Amino acid sequence: MSSLAKIDLKNARRLTEMVKAGELSAVEAVEASLSRIRELDDKINAFITICPEQALTAAEELDLRLKKGEQVGSLCGVPVAVKDVISTAGIETTCGSKMLKGYIPPYDATVVAKLKEAGAIIVGKTNTDEFAMGSTTEFSAFGPTKNPCDLSRVAGGSSGGSGAAVAAGMVPLALGSDTGGSVRCPAAFCGVVGLKPTYGAVSRYGLISYANSLEQIGPLASNVDDCALLYRCISGWDPMDSTSYRDQPKEAAPLREGAKIAVPKEFFGEGVEEAVSKCVWRGLDALRDSGFVIEEVSLRSLNYALPAYYIVAMAEASSNLARFDGIRYGLHLKSGFRDWNTYFSRCRAEGFGPEVKRRILLGTFILSAGYYGVYYLKAQKIRSIIKSEFQQILSQYDLIAGPTMPTTPFKIGERVEDPLLMYLIDVNTVPPNLTGHPAISVPVHREGELPVGLQLIAPYFCEERLFQAAKIVEEGLRR
Amino acid sequence: MLKEQEELDVKIGLEVHCHLTNLKTKLFCRCSADYYNKEPNTNICPVCMGLPGSLPVLNEEAVKQALAIALALGAKISEKMIFYRKNYFYPDLPKNFQISQYDKAGGQPLAVGGQIRLQDKVVRIRRIQLEEDPAKIIYEGSISTSPYALIDYNRSGVALVEIVTEPDLTTPKQARLFLQKLRAILEHLGVCNCNLEGALRCDANISVRGGYRVEVKNIGSFKDVEKALSFEITRQKMLGAKKGMETRHWDDVRGVTVSLRVKEEEMDYRYFPEADLPPYIITKELIEEVQASLPELPDARRERLMRQYNLPPQTADILTSHKALADFFEASVKEYPGSPLKMANWIVSDILGYLNRYDLDPSSLKLKPKDFAAVVKAVEEGLINEQTGKMLILKAAATGESLEERIFTAASKIKDESIISRFVDKVFKENEKAVKDALTNEKAVNYLIGLVMKASGGKADPHLTRSIILSRLKKVGS
Repeated sequence: MSSLAKIDLKNARRLTEMVKAGELSAVEAVEASLSRIRELDDKINAFITICPEQALTAAEELDLRLKKGEQVGSLCGVPVAVKDVISTAGIETTCGSKMLKGYIPPYDATVVAKLKEAGAIIVGKTNTDEFAMGSTTEFSAFGPTKNPCDLSRVAGGSSGGSGAAVAAGMVPLALGSDTGGSVRCPAAFCGVVGLKPTYGAVSRYGLISYANSLEQIGPLASNVDDCALLYRCISGWDPMDSTSYRDQPKEAAPLREGAKIAVPKEFFGEGVEEAVSKCVWRGLDALRDSGFVIEEVSLRSLNYALPAYYIVAMAEASSNLARFDGIRYGLHLKSGFRDWNTYFSRCRAEGFGPEVKRRILLGTFILSAGYYGVYYLKAQKIRSIIKSEFQQILSQYDLIAGPTMPTTPFKIGERVEDPLLMYLIDVNTVPPNLTGHPAISVPVHREGELPVGLQLIAPYFCEERLFQAAKIVEEGLRR
Repeated sequence: MLKEQEELDVKIGLEVHCHLTNLKTKLFCRCSADYYNKEPNTNICPVCMGLPGSLPVLNEEAVKQALAIALALGAKISEKMIFYRKNYFYPDLPKNFQISQYDKAGGQPLAVGGQIRLQDKVVRIRRIQLEEDPAKIIYEGSISTSPYALIDYNRSGVALVEIVTEPDLTTPKQARLFLQKLRAILEHLGVCNCNLEGALRCDANISVRGGYRVEVKNIGSFKDVEKALSFEITRQKMLGAKKGMETRHWDDVRGVTVSLRVKEEEMDYRYFPEADLPPYIITKELIEEVQASLPELPDARRERLMRQYNLPPQTADILTSHKALADFFEASVKEYPGSPLKMANWIVSDILGYLNRYDLDPSSLKLKPKDFAAVVKAVEEGLINEQTGKMLILKAAATGESLEERIFTAASKIKDESIISRFVDKVFKENEKAVKDALTNEKAVNYLIGLVMKASGGKADPHLTRSIILSRLKKVGS
């Protein structure tokens, strides 16, 4: 055990190099991860499912292949955690909901297949707000995930399990999904790096939809290089996802000295904590010190982003979640029902939690005759206005920057009773989901401070530019 | 007078669902489009089962075939086709929404407008759209008494083209004629094998005397359209339509419509764009490509048959109402071009009569054009009489047997020179002495004629036989 404890689970690149070099077996890497999970997860609750048997079998096979000198992938032997809204063949996938308890998908999401192809080993499925609807992972049917830096605080959400698992050093890499900030929020709150890729950069096939026009699967890691490593593994066109982009630019031009970064003053609006501003400016200063030009701009449409986001997301959710009717998978009520309407209504009443019900009801209302034009179409109009404003700024600047979250991680239970207060913390993360732009959150706090994330937003398919700038921030903070 | 007046007050609109049966795969996944005769729930995948996380990918061949239908009906093709979700809960709908299209709320179906011309009526098409078929619910017997419902997802996700008419139809018979015409067009396009069970289905909207509109669902066959509409019109005339929107189900087992639901307002399907499928741009090139590949359609074929073979309009009409009939006619004419009119008449009266009597589809006719042509030829040449000919045809229609032998046996006289020559050859070979005698002896000539008559079973024409023998003798002698 003591030797396992020495294995550094916060550096995926070094880990995979060691496995490839034979200094460490894949089985040892997986056992280190599993033992760390067993040691800590009773307190943190990052995982809904741990799959030691599958993981160790896969690791043994990998070690055998390594012994034979076979070609292995970029994530060879790296233990990875996958958010429980992403389908994994043979491993229960619950979406953090009672509705899908016991559901074992017969197929792998494209990203999961890619992970396996690259030699990564899935050790478990991470906690999430039910169907990814939430910003703190408090709305999970399996209990909230606690922030590893302070167990009394939220880990952020909805990919809170993935953020906490990486922050606690249980796994070097994790996948989340980001519909309105769900990768970036836990990254910021847990003090790790998280990316929401360009819409269409990563296949959604196998990601259980919450709001399908907004969301992307994204990587979380302890450092920028690992985050980039995982992103490069999962991105690319997928014929199974019609919204994945076929001709993705291979490499965007790197940022040069004098590159301009726009900082919208609205990102520092009402509700942004002092501690957050301070840390974020620390990150921006690091960029300035590296020769970047920081300019304040105005993003006038930002005020409308949050309502537009929630209208679109809830409308889509109400339709996406219609399939959960208790017939084919997941929750099944024992018979005694003569009538279809009664049966599926009872299943949905029992299977869904309060936040999911709230969003389905609101979404159903939004799409109803007479309200569709007032809400849904109007929200789509706002969406296109925000999109053009972003594109306009990004035609003059290389990046947009600001705080990922307006606050530091708050106490568990503090906001859970007030949905509107809860929705407000997504104010800075939702715009890139509405516009489709890639955005990364990189830690800018120092030892002893509560975690704070700096959000950087780039033009479409300029993820490499985000990694480059985020790395400068990361290194700047170390000094 | 009163009856006619009443019929003028009937308004019928149809929503026809046509399976694109000739596609290889379903509309949004790679499962086979051929779901017939398969073990239930074996022709399925995560996509057509609506499993969480699965996503649709459009079958572009389906777009081409749907475009062919739209062009054949003279519809206006949209520049951009957008899929919409039609949201409603039903056990046959795995996602509890159907990926369909919509012509309101910013929606753009594949095509709008177009028409189908009946003999005395033009029926306007409102829209033509592409959508996925739900799964199939199987009841034990009638929907009202079945103790359970089974769901077979093999059909789920099969490509459907929905053709919606304006309420231009006024009688159940017109509705049937409309469907027949539509079927002929689909058959000629080669996009739908309309004989397959459920390949062509329709829902009907009926209102009587300006009353509330009633929708009748689940009409599975052409005969049922007339029956269901007649039942519903009578029912509404006697009982009146319920206030609001009623949806009724055609129970083909009991031959009645039963009420499914009554709603004060129109059902709200909460249509909105399907973000999993990007809008599909229908390029000019694609339209031109499909237009160029369109085959001859029933109306054009009817005109051509009239022109080319001098057929009366009504006969050409009936022939082109089934692609299989028109194909059979033209294949037969190719075999024997001597009497197209007779062929057409026999097909329209006798063969079609036979098919109708046994409730068979023309495509299932076993009689081969070659045999049909041989019979008509034999009749034309006086070898057999019409009655015998028709008898032979009806027999072969059921069995598919070859008729050459039978024509010969049934023939009263053989007037075919080539056939008689064969007998003469045989007789000359086997009776060298008699042939030598016949060169000088008239009696021996008669003897030879007798032998040929005997060999042909007494059916060779004596005059023709005599002249063949005499000319043969002349050759032998010289």
